[in-house]
Amino acid sequence: MSQKEPETIEIKISEDILRARQSVRTCMVDLGFSLIDQTKMVTAASELARNTIDYGKGGTMRIEYPAEEGRTGIRLIFLDHGPGIADIQQALKDGFTTGSGLGLGLGGSKRLVNDFEIRSEPDKGTQVTVTRWR
Amino acid sequence: MDKIPILKLGNILLVTIQIDMHDQLAIALQDDLTARIVSAHAKGVLIDISSLEMVDSFIGRMLGNIAAMSQALGAQTVVVGMRPAVAITIVELGLPMENIQTALNVERGVEKLQRAMEKYEKGTPR
Ligand SMILES: Nc1ncnc2c1ncn2[C@@H]1O[C@H](COP(=O)(O)OP(=O)(O)O)[C@@H](O)[C@H]1O
Ligand SMILES: [Mg+2]
Repeated sequence: MSQKEPETIEIKISEDILRARQSVRTCMVDLGFSLIDQTKMVTAASELARNTIDYGKGGTMRIEYPAEEGRTGIRLIFLDHGPGIADIQQALKDGFTTGSGLGLGLGGSKRLVNDFEIRSEPDKGTQVTVTRWR
Repeated sequence: MDKIPILKLGNILLVTIQIDMHDQLAIALQDDLTARIVSAHAKGVLIDISSLEMVDSFIGRMLGNIAAMSQALGAQTVVVGMRPAVAITIVELGLPMENIQTALNVERGVEKLQRAMEKYEKGTPR
């Protein structure tokens, strides 16, 4: 399999969410992930990209291809320089929203991936990293 | 901006979502459907999502809104054709689906709507 290069996609307007979904889908098909794995990761990407726009005032999604201990995967890093999240535990709770959503984006994404990491600092921004292994 | 077409079949409205929707398109569909239910005196709405490769909480919320608003206007909504991978994913995502009626395909969806409409008519006092 050919080595894939990491790439960074702008997440600023609603159409970028579509582009993010399509990029993740294409990469996962190329890497030979199952349809269910693809669907879960694309759905997580859609949730996190929307948060980047709705709450983070826009940012980027980086796609990486980690390889360790004989396994390979796909990693998505959502980064913004918005207001940040004051209480991460609360934000992760199902049903919690400060907007008009269902409050499932963060908690749901966490369930849909293998590794989930969130870092946030008030007034500095938010970085959410999700990984699915093959 | 493109639009999602709404087809009228007797007293049923059929919406086939054939493209990956961006947010404004999903919101426009909600508004268009509300108007059409009223103008077409529709008693049922079928939403075919068999082309959708994913349903996130935004689209899930839209489907729930359509179901609730059609109910308020006297029409039932049935969502048909959800792909197995999508069904598995929305359960894990945690999407509440209790208020959304589903059927395997358009044919089954029509049957379901017709049964619901008959029951509704019988139950209506004259
Ligand atoms: N990138 C972000 N920047 C700032 N706040 C965020 C970000 N992502 C999520 N949040 C906060 O976490 C809450 C929960 O997010 P989520 O689970 O996706 O639900 P929803 O999008 O429906 O509100 C949001 O309402 C928001 O307050
Ligand atoms: Mg969200």
